[in-house]
Amino acid sequence: MRKVQCVIIGGGSAGLAAAVELKKNGIDDLLILEKGPEPGGILNQCIHNGFGLHEFKEELSGPAYAERFADQAKELGIPIECNTTVTAFYPDKTIEVSNSSGYEIIQAEAVVLAMGCQERTAGQIQIPGMRPQGVYTAGTAQRYVNIDGYSIGKRVFILGSGDIGLIMARRMTLEGAKVLGIAELMPYSNGLQRNIVQCLKDYGIPLYLSHTVTNIEGFPRLNKVTITEVDANRRPIPGTEKVFEVDTLLLSVGLVPDNTLTVEAGIQLDPRTRGVEVNEYCESPMPGVFAAGNVLHVHDLVDYVTAEGRKAGRGAAKYLKGELKERGGFPTKAGNGVGYVLPQRVDYPKEDPTVEFSFRVRTPYKNAKIVVRDGDTVLKEIKKPALLPAEMEKVILPNNVLANIRNELTIEVKEAE
Amino acid sequence: MKYNITIIGAGIIGSSIAYCLSKYDCSILVVDKENDIANEVSMANSAIVHAGHDPEDGTLKALLNVEGNRMYPQLCEDIGARIRHVGAYTVMTSPEQQATMDALIKRAEERNIPYEVLTAEEARKEEPNLADDVIKVLSLPSTAIIIPWEVALKQMQVAVLNGTEVKLNCEVKAIRKNENGYVLETSQGEIETEYVINCAGLYADRIANMIAPLDIHTNPRRGEYFVLSHDAKDFVHHIVYPIPTDKGKGILAVPTVDENILLGPNAEETGSCEAINTTSSGLGYIRQELARSVKNVPFHHTIRTFAGLRPSISTKDFYIKKAEGEENFLNLLGIDSPGIASAPAIARYVDDLLKLPYEVKASYETKNPYRFNFQDLTPEEKDAYIKEHPAYGNIVCRCEQISEGEIIQSIHEVLGAHSIKSVKKRVRPGMGKCQGGFCQPLVLEILARELKVRPEDVLYDQIGSNVVLDWKGGNGNA
Amino acid sequence: MELTCIVCPRGCTISYDVVNGEAVNITGNSCPRGKVYCETEIKAPTRMLTSTVPVIGGHYHQLPVITSAPIPKEKIFDVMDAIHSTSVTAPVKVGDVIIADVAGTGIDILASRSMN
Repeated sequence: MRKVQCVIIGGGSAGLAAAVELKKNGIDDLLILEKGPEPGGILNQCIHNGFGLHEFKEELSGPAYAERFADQAKELGIPIECNTTVTAFYPDKTIEVSNSSGYEIIQAEAVVLAMGCQERTAGQIQIPGMRPQGVYTAGTAQRYVNIDGYSIGKRVFILGSGDIGLIMARRMTLEGAKVLGIAELMPYSNGLQRNIVQCLKDYGIPLYLSHTVTNIEGFPRLNKVTITEVDANRRPIPGTEKVFEVDTLLLSVGLVPDNTLTVEAGIQLDPRTRGVEVNEYCESPMPGVFAAGNVLHVHDLVDYVTAEGRKAGRGAAKYLKGELKERGGFPTKAGNGVGYVLPQRVDYPKEDPTVEFSFRVRTPYKNAKIVVRDGDTVLKEIKKPALLPAEMEKVILPNNVLANIRNELTIEVKEAE
Repeated sequence: MKYNITIIGAGIIGSSIAYCLSKYDCSILVVDKENDIANEVSMANSAIVHAGHDPEDGTLKALLNVEGNRMYPQLCEDIGARIRHVGAYTVMTSPEQQATMDALIKRAEERNIPYEVLTAEEARKEEPNLADDVIKVLSLPSTAIIIPWEVALKQMQVAVLNGTEVKLNCEVKAIRKNENGYVLETSQGEIETEYVINCAGLYADRIANMIAPLDIHTNPRRGEYFVLSHDAKDFVHHIVYPIPTDKGKGILAVPTVDENILLGPNAEETGSCEAINTTSSGLGYIRQELARSVKNVPFHHTIRTFAGLRPSISTKDFYIKKAEGEENFLNLLGIDSPGIASAPAIARYVDDLLKLPYEVKASYETKNPYRFNFQDLTPEEKDAYIKEHPAYGNIVCRCEQISEGEIIQSIHEVLGAHSIKSVKKRVRPGMGKCQGGFCQPLVLEILARELKVRPEDVLYDQIGSNVVLDWKGGNGNA
Repeated sequence: MELTCIVCPRGCTISYDVVNGEAVNITGNSCPRGKVYCETEIKAPTRMLTSTVPVIGGHYHQLPVITSAPIPKEKIFDVMDAIHSTSVTAPVKVGDVIIADVAGTGIDILASRSMN
């Protein structure tokens, strides 16, 4: 059995950042396992620009962003095994690995989970109707178009206004397809505002808010989708149907952390994030197992994934050096209007000068304030002109505040007076 | 083209018949309008080998179900198909159902079917998610689950190795008689045959009418289902369903061979052989009715919904008879539940009924030679095998952990996979949580390479279901 | 009047007035680039453009490309036509010029990744 001090499962943006940080913190015995043919993960098919504004103060394409971190890992001599899939992960931190040279069991002392996420599918959201060819998740379509160079459809409708859906609306248009519209179940878009402008408005693509797809027709190839307006309870309103003759339906209906391995290892998931619960070093309840990036919670910016990967890498290095010992801190709580708060626990409140908390609001707010409380004691208030569920918010608290928290740290949203 | 016997329909019935008759020294052809074996009725159903206590006395269904259930273990061993005797729990939730329960017990007793009556407490130890108002449970341990298309394919492979020919995408348009028997006019030209066995499922009435008018019609009855991911595999370990009513067996919770959970089906006459669409009302009905027998249903683990059609007829029993005035033309209609369970017994029944004039060959196969399943190997064995066959180390479908080697293997077997769906049916890439989101582009490339066709010519399933429209890429090796 | 800034993912809502075809009284931008964006957007809107070109001998079939600077918005489809009639041969380095002065814009199309 091969022994490796720290195995990083996934060579995308989170895994690369974690590995680089581990190395910089003195851990040399590292191994990144990447199922794809090269490091970079899903970034390799995200050819649009907008990556790296925080990291590099410039707007790179996804592949260019990935390349910078892959080059950095290479310069530091971090081993990456590509075309290599982890098939099992056990609580004793043994990992079964398959690639074309063999099937191997690796014993790790610490593990960083960086497997990314999966797209929700037509089956998961249970769209009624036929199951013809021509219905793709937006990410699969993106791979077909951007990596493989296939044309997949000429008349396109899109369900879900998440960023991948918006990006693909523009991409398909530029490749000569006619995008007839995007339907969004919620009364607001889940994509970034800039993408609504530069992907939809620029090309005159209509966005149907509070609408969903209620029928799929055609066989063996899609020829029609019906969309229907929904009421406040997201139930279709009869009589509001609109029919579009299309050969392609793209689904951009959400991403789910890919935690199959995690669950098999017996680590419970937080039902809100569908990732593991972590402390401020991205450490799961299973000591020595860390998680970062979209496997932990779905991000909207890769720069934040990178930052989280570093945090996990630094945590794993501390763990391996025996610096994370006595846990004793406080839990965090998503208060009014907040979907979830990460980390779910602070275990070492005195260890670092500051701890950063990430969260998402449940619904859009205008002129609101973020309130951070310890029980009833307000620790911090931040005014915000606008808050959107699509955009992750962050609050940073210093350790002199954290050291004195007695109950639980609650983050909530209030309408500003 | 001339054949002694032509079987119309390559579903589980046609495959079972071909497997049974391929022992004879005669030429057999199987035609199907679909692009794969077991692609319609046999593809979308509850996959259950029922015990045989349910059909009414004196019916063909009762006779053939009981016999079929007893034939399955040996059949599956011979053809290398998987079967799990998970057992069924028929749950009683109100005292009024006692009479039905008693009738079921009586039939089980008379038909020598093993059964046990459990108290709610006893049953709940095995199945904690039984509904709160369950009073008692009829346990039927001989009820099993299979993969119907696997059983069909593996039988048909043996038939082919015994000399049977299979023509896919071959639709029968008309039938006329000639001096030697029958001439089938098909989408692939004319076929002369002495015998016709019509097991065309949903279309069996149309085929029957091509030779002699028949007063029986197939009324396609749709059944919709939810499929849950492996995350829900411990929801039930037995097939759980309520005491049947005159409407049918009720909504079932079924653990599948590959450790998914199947929930359904409803039953709705659609009047159309094409209406395999799901409906929000049908799926809603399943959600509501399931509560009769189980609780805590993990619907949030749904990875797919689908609908299948049952080839039901009004008489409610299987109809297996020669066409009016025709000694050599056999019609099989109304093979709905328990058709899967009965399939091997139906084949034997057909063999007896036809009294074919052919000799049994001196030597023929009953065992399927394709036994190798990489998934069964231990880690050490996998390592050794990959060192000889590197493609088995390259995982293509990470949800179901299917390697490139297994996909290539499925393509090059007899009746090999030749479309995305036929690969999925044989080795499961795309059956997992991502539903092919990650692996479909890779499976497409493997198919194009192995079949030596352009990627844009690779089909998902039927002709016209091309996955991608055209290709403008470089000639890299992605 | 209002517009959404697309310079960065923050997506500021910028208020402005138009005088003689130019944006004035610009507020709501969180950074100087927002002001520049608003002025340009009113006068002569530009966009960054990304796409792919077929690559021969690469480990993928397509090479992602990006404009070296924002191009006039009305030129987007002209630039796409130029991209559609181009292919390259590996190896390529990130930043390599794939099409110089694309569609007469004075802007280049660059490789947005390396490919061997």
